[in-house]
Amino acid sequence: MSRLENTFKNKNKNLLNVYFTAGFPALEDTETIIRSLSENGVDVIEVGMPYSDPMADGPTIQQSGMQALENGMSVAVLFSQLKKIRNQVDTPLVLMGYFNQVMQFGEEAFLVRCQEIGVDGLILPDLPLSVYEAEYQDLFKKYDLAPIFLITPQTSEERIRKIDQLSRGFIYVVSSAAITGNSKEISPEQLAYFQRIENMNLRLPRMIGFGISDHQSFSTACKYADGAIIGSAFIRALENGKEDLDKTIKTFVKGIRNN
Amino acid sequence: MITISKEGYYGRFGGAFIPEMLHPNVEEIRKTYVEMIKDETFQKQFRQLLRDYVGRPTPLFLAERLSEKYKTNIFLKREDLCHTGAHKVNNTIGQILLAQRLGKKRIIAETGAGQHGVATATVCALMGLPCVVYMGAVDIERQQPNVSRMKMLGAEVRPATSGSKTLKDATNEAIRDWINNPEDTHYIIGSVVGPHPYPDMVARFQSVISEEIKWQLEAATGKSNPDLIIACVGGGSNAAGAFYHYLNEDKVRLIAVEASGLGVDSGESAATSVLGTEGIIHGSRTLLMQTPDGQIIEPYSISAGLDYPGIGPMHAHLIQSGRAEAVHITDQEALAAAYDLSKREGIIPALETAHAFAALDKIAYKKSDVLVINLSGRGDKDLDTYIKHFEEFNE
Repeated sequence: MSRLENTFKNKNKNLLNVYFTAGFPALEDTETIIRSLSENGVDVIEVGMPYSDPMADGPTIQQSGMQALENGMSVAVLFSQLKKIRNQVDTPLVLMGYFNQVMQFGEEAFLVRCQEIGVDGLILPDLPLSVYEAEYQDLFKKYDLAPIFLITPQTSEERIRKIDQLSRGFIYVVSSAAITGNSKEISPEQLAYFQRIENMNLRLPRMIGFGISDHQSFSTACKYADGAIIGSAFIRALENGKEDLDKTIKTFVKGIRNN
Repeated sequence: MITISKEGYYGRFGGAFIPEMLHPNVEEIRKTYVEMIKDETFQKQFRQLLRDYVGRPTPLFLAERLSEKYKTNIFLKREDLCHTGAHKVNNTIGQILLAQRLGKKRIIAETGAGQHGVATATVCALMGLPCVVYMGAVDIERQQPNVSRMKMLGAEVRPATSGSKTLKDATNEAIRDWINNPEDTHYIIGSVVGPHPYPDMVARFQSVISEEIKWQLEAATGKSNPDLIIACVGGGSNAAGAFYHYLNEDKVRLIAVEASGLGVDSGESAATSVLGTEGIIHGSRTLLMQTPDGQIIEPYSISAGLDYPGIGPMHAHLIQSGRAEAVHITDQEALAAAYDLSKREGIIPALETAHAFAALDKIAYKKSDVLVINLSGRGDKDLDTYIKHFEEFNE
């Protein structure tokens, strides 16, 4: 069983997944950020591979990605950084990026490298379920990587069931029809949607993401799922507190957990 | 045989690489569009609007002085005479009818040169639907007349300020808007790009161009097939329309003219078919300009409608399979062709279209050949650029 599956086996409440863009604020910050997130008890770390055209992301993550690319981040650089860090940190690492990045690296070569390094899962929002099923399912199994798919308020029940079958680790529940980085209050419609998904008794754990930005939205989301994912709010915190990343991250995680 | 598969592939190019957030919308269109296009009520409404509102059929004009210069027989398909000044409106008419059928209450679009934005704003005014057009901040600067036209037509023009601030970024912004507004909004993509079924749907709406060429050419020459068809390609919608009914007429040479900016190898180019490699852009597997790491490269062309880092999957397939020939035209060559056509035939072409005319100097043909150039748009929107460079080319 993988680190990711173990994490969810040992804990099914208030799991915190934090996203950051690799190479931001500075190229070499990856190690500090991962180590610090891990030390502060974050349950899953989602490492964003910066992309020139991130169509599902809002301005905050997009800008952090542009900065990271300017700083010299690439898939190859990221892999070499992660290889060093993996020995020091046992927290599950999930890579998030766009399918073109994987294609250009070579799909199989990419998965091989992930396994070698100890990456646990992949979130590729623009890899469609049907293409995954037809072309990549076997490779993901071969290299023991968890494919993590998204569901949205518009995803049909039939499709959610299918995603539940094909995913591993957890299901990424997109909180609303939105790109990342919206931080409006969680609405009654969203709560009804979370409840609907919860009532489906899915096989896999669920993590709610998009629009989760503080203790309040985190704890609300956690009432309806195994945990929640925070991205843009963390990027903003890093931007504002890049002088002392350890302190910034400690304060941020504490603020989310409110302890 | 050139065909599209059920999953939207032309050969190895196409498909729908979209985030889950867009899945229901794209799926809804995929399930609706073929049936709709075949539907008699739709066809009647579509044809009537093309005739009475757009002004179709557009003429096929024998350009005698141009023919004389190049010592061959050149016909011009006058898409510049469409209402709004370019072929783009053929597609927006089709898609606005689709949006109505889907019960959508709001329209979004991306635009490069502004022609698609104007064509979208126009049909939205016609149907009384609110319209938001995303346009790169750089393009807003260089295509001011079209920005003003869109505003006059009641559309809101939102600048795309990320990346290169041109067409690709406007497309990203439009996709994000659609993700945020999946229920009430239809996204009218302006070219044969994007996830399946857009490339096929847009090609079908534009196919009226080659449908008309067939009978017009038959009437003019006694033969419905030309020897060559020449069209400029950014994403490739006018070329798709001009090629469509000839795709499987193997004797008809299809010439796809790309913008090479300052030169194919200058680093400032939009010649996707040579500079591009296989990858994914805006939901489609196709040729695109990218780094080895998969980051999309900012293209360059003097023409805002051609500086797109990708190419429609149909064209990627046509060019890679050898069915179409790619020709590359620089800014300078396009400008020279625009001034020449203006004086020789009394037609000021759009800068995009001027690239197609410049291709006459680059390709081989016989004296007896019949050539059709798709005159995709008029040049009013480019007057500033033409005036700026006038002295260099007109001593």
